[in-house]
Amino acid sequence: MRPPISVSDKAEIPVSDTSPPLVEMTGVTKNYSGITALDRVDFTIRAGEAVCLAGENGSGKSTLIKILAGVEPRNAGTVAFNGTRHETLSPRISADAGVMVIFQDFSLFPNLTVAENIAFSSQLAHSGAFYRGGLSRDLAKKTLERVGVDIPLNARVEQLPVAHKQLVAICRALAMDARLIIMDEPTTALTEREVKSLLTIIRRLKSDGVAVLFVSHKLAEVLEVCEKVVVLRNGAKVAEGPATDFDSASLTRAMTGRDVAETPPDPLDPSAPALLEVTNLAKQGVFDDVSFTLRQGEVLGIAGLLGSGRTELAKALFGLIHPDKGEIRLKDRPVPLGDPLRAADAGIGYVPEDRLTEGLFLDQSIARNVAVGRLDTHDKGAMLDLKGLWAEANDWLKRLTVKHSDPEAPVRSLSGGNQQRVVLARWLATGPKVLILNGPSVGVDVGSKSDIHGIIRDLAREGLGVIVISDDLPELLATCHRLLVMKGGRITDEIAGRDTDETDLGHRLAS
Amino acid sequence: MKLNLARNEVLVALVILAFCALAAASDPRFLSIPTLTDLLRNGIILGIFSVGAMLVLVSGGIDVSFTAIAAFAMYTTTTFLLEHAPGLPWPVIFAISMVLGALLGCINGVLIAVFRLPTLIVTLGTLSVFRGFLLTFVGSNMISALPPEMRNFSRLMMFRGTNADGSFFSLPWAFAALVIVVVLTWFILHRTMLGRSIFAVGGSVESARRIGIKVTRTQFFVYVYVGALAGLAGIIHASLSRLANPFDLVGLELSVIAAVVLGGARLTGGYGTLTGTLLGVALIVLVQNSLIVIGVPSTFQSITIGILILVGTGLPAWQAKRQAARSA
Amino acid sequence: MNTLLSRLKTPEGRLAVIAVLVFVLMASLSPERFLSAANLTSMAFQFPEFAILALAVTVTMLTGGIDLSVVGVSNMSAVVAALILANVAGPELAGSGAVMWLLLSMVVAIAIGAAAGLFNGALVAFIGMPPILATLGSGLIFTGIAVAITGGSAVMGFPTAAAWLGNGKVFSVPVPLILFAVLALAVAFIVRRTAFGLKLVMFGANPLAARFAAVDVNRLLLKVYMLSGALAAISGLLVMSRANSAKADYGSSYLLLSILIAVLGGVNPYGGYGKVVGVVLAVLSMQFLSSGLNMLQVSNFARELIWGVLLIFVMLVNSQQVAALFARRRMS
Repeated sequence: MRPPISVSDKAEIPVSDTSPPLVEMTGVTKNYSGITALDRVDFTIRAGEAVCLAGENGSGKSTLIKILAGVEPRNAGTVAFNGTRHETLSPRISADAGVMVIFQDFSLFPNLTVAENIAFSSQLAHSGAFYRGGLSRDLAKKTLERVGVDIPLNARVEQLPVAHKQLVAICRALAMDARLIIMDEPTTALTEREVKSLLTIIRRLKSDGVAVLFVSHKLAEVLEVCEKVVVLRNGAKVAEGPATDFDSASLTRAMTGRDVAETPPDPLDPSAPALLEVTNLAKQGVFDDVSFTLRQGEVLGIAGLLGSGRTELAKALFGLIHPDKGEIRLKDRPVPLGDPLRAADAGIGYVPEDRLTEGLFLDQSIARNVAVGRLDTHDKGAMLDLKGLWAEANDWLKRLTVKHSDPEAPVRSLSGGNQQRVVLARWLATGPKVLILNGPSVGVDVGSKSDIHGIIRDLAREGLGVIVISDDLPELLATCHRLLVMKGGRITDEIAGRDTDETDLGHRLAS
Repeated sequence: MKLNLARNEVLVALVILAFCALAAASDPRFLSIPTLTDLLRNGIILGIFSVGAMLVLVSGGIDVSFTAIAAFAMYTTTTFLLEHAPGLPWPVIFAISMVLGALLGCINGVLIAVFRLPTLIVTLGTLSVFRGFLLTFVGSNMISALPPEMRNFSRLMMFRGTNADGSFFSLPWAFAALVIVVVLTWFILHRTMLGRSIFAVGGSVESARRIGIKVTRTQFFVYVYVGALAGLAGIIHASLSRLANPFDLVGLELSVIAAVVLGGARLTGGYGTLTGTLLGVALIVLVQNSLIVIGVPSTFQSITIGILILVGTGLPAWQAKRQAARSA
Repeated sequence: MNTLLSRLKTPEGRLAVIAVLVFVLMASLSPERFLSAANLTSMAFQFPEFAILALAVTVTMLTGGIDLSVVGVSNMSAVVAALILANVAGPELAGSGAVMWLLLSMVVAIAIGAAAGLFNGALVAFIGMPPILATLGSGLIFTGIAVAITGGSAVMGFPTAAAWLGNGKVFSVPVPLILFAVLALAVAFIVRRTAFGLKLVMFGANPLAARFAAVDVNRLLLKVYMLSGALAAISGLLVMSRANSAKADYGSSYLLLSILIAVLGGVNPYGGYGKVVGVVLAVLSMQFLSSGLNMLQVSNFARELIWGVLLIFVMLVNSQQVAALFARRRMS
């Protein structure tokens, strides 16, 4: 495998035509109150081309999208659409040039029909004051045909699965004569099969002359349809080259700027007693026949793609979902099913997948976010022992080295990594026996990520049983003693962490 | 076709049918044209209010100030006319009242659409403001000597007839106002970009902004339109009851919202139909006027409406909750 | 100085300034009457009944909900208490017997209030209804029950002891004022110093995260609405005692007023933020204002107008849009 080509020795990208590129940015710079979000970035994309724009959180990806979409003004540099330079951009100018952004949440209207969602922007731009339902349906039908998918025109968008919502969003862009579709984190919510069919559609669009820009921090899946990869780090372009030069490892290296070598976990004491025993856990249509044992001091990984039932299983273990049948025993005592309070009482903790909506009380103080799990313990008769409560919370913040200026500051003000530590602190304060971590390092920068992995290994060393649920294979390999592969709601494979590597695990997940 | 009980329209229609069947069983005279005209007549004001309230719910807000707007517009128009131009024809009178209502609606619109204040609290505030201003500065005496044209309007009948027992029944032309309002609102909601934008904004404000819908303008329109409808409802109410009472109407707002919510509009915005709303109005009017016919004393009116609201909104909520538990 | 300035930036700080300004303004406009002992005591008798309702609305608003049934609960409980006092005890009863019946009727009223709240809580927690709709519907039912058992007319003829609650004094402090002070302190204590209180604020800030943090959400909701119901019942008892009667439609303007006070007091209608001290300050500003206006021969209706204006003004001042507008001005 060849190394990625750095900016200094410009890669020879084959130019197929001589017409001006769809988008050409040179030396684009953006400052936000003293912080440089984009630093003299050059970027080009041609009709029919697919490009990966890769970078970590905070690398400047979203700033670049916003400038292209005309939402944010740039401080320096030039932007040209189809060879025409624009001194200033506006959403209108960008839209007229055919630059369309599909945000991660798709920005659809759940209460309106598929047809209307697809045709709304176009009608808004061309139809004047009156709404023409027939026109809407025709346009929607045409674009759906162009993409080659069949979604009922009169279905309400709220009833569609995520993959279909994404297609509706793509169709809406096409209905607006999109020439460049920018897709923000397009694959995070899709199952593997859905990613495959998305790629088929992208190929179709490319042959139609539409350019596609994928923006993500996890792009290995879409590399095969891309011509070019551009990597941003700290606002600057650090690598650019043909997609064939990159694989997921070299992409990570380029995004992070270092090889993150992590020590594998300490070997597990062979005499460690069983801690958590799950037998025949099932929930109809979600997961089935799940059985496993977690030993004391063990880190058990559950590897599964989206839609494999991994999150539902985790929620069921913590009582947020009531399984139809099966049994959970902790230290040989049955844990009541479907009741998070009693699961927590029994000693199970759960760090959810979506930190911002499920994990944190964003506007509440850091200390309160930790203390919320300990309120009943510090309830002395009628009154709360506030002193003890805050002392304990601060102690845990210190132990997990949460960097903060004031425990009374809202937790919103912390970085992703520190926020995740706050959620961890909340659970560790309760002295759990088993901790379930769902996507422990989603949206966390690389430095914090390896710190969080260190914390996981430390916890196991102290005798905690840890379950890590993730589709981040390096993460699973860096933390887990043993791995369960989950597919279609079932455990299909079990491997010792040291007996596998990323490629092998990837195969087992996909096969 | 399978009856979808989760849909409020179907549920409400069934309850209305059951109510009528019960009423007809206990009093055969219930199923008659006079009963119908009474119900229609009693539904005019509630109906116009409800159409406006539905529009606000669809846009994702809630308005409780429209009754105060109605009282304000109606009473101010009446006193102004009596002093300055008692002879104006009724269409002009109606227009003045609607313009006044729309102006008050502007105030709500600015506070909600421009300053983005929470709608329930804003309209609670403006309810006090409009009512307080009216009673302090315009007047607090009932006026029974209305301008002659208002009285004339109330005498315009679409049709009238005589019952077997010799009593009269009739349906005033004012009912046509409700029909016009419904048709106009239907047209706005389903045939104009503005109407579709109201649905879009109610579905997702953020998405609406991103695709270039003028959210502020859309919300502003909603509150102005509701104000105008309230002005219309107010002046019709005064004409029909042949009395301009500044204390009237305020207090109806919760019944109106009850009717709209029974008809399937959601507090979270984006959902609401005219059919559902009118069915909700019909049910509330039936309960308010004919409870006694099915053997329930009229002191149980408020309990009945309360139970209807709890069942009508609780059933879908419970189903949604169970569905979430099943699929999650 | 710095801390004083930073306090002024909180909603409560601004409200304290408003309360003082209103007091000073009214006192200077008609000092001999506004500051008279008679006026001050009459104010102390007037505001507790709706101030307690505002406390009831406040606790539900902290969870991001609302209780539109407070007036219904208040009247229903008062009507039952009144029936006990009028029919079981009877107007002629005096002495310790009357006090006993008064206490018993109070206990019954508060229990009914709590039960009504439990019903609301169950609708919100177990059925999953939005609080606005649940309490809108249940409020009609509670009012309806009061109408049904009284036939819509007022219940009167209590033992004289019953008047003490709303009109009595202890060491020349009006009983309603004492009652309000005790309840305000109790609610403040509950919100700030108990596990329940902290949980209810956290739940209001993010209900989903509360569930994921193993907070007993359902019990929490039941308790919040029960507390609200019990407070509403106490307010109903005050109204009953002051009016010397109970009726299904008393205090119907108090619903808007109590929501207004809660919001004026800085309670976030979306939940997660609010302080009892803010609510108390809001109550005081409202009472100073309306009583001062009374002195100035301003009608009741003008008071309603001024309340509304005040509410909207305070919301505008607290709103981010307006703050942003001013920030932009300053920059350019």
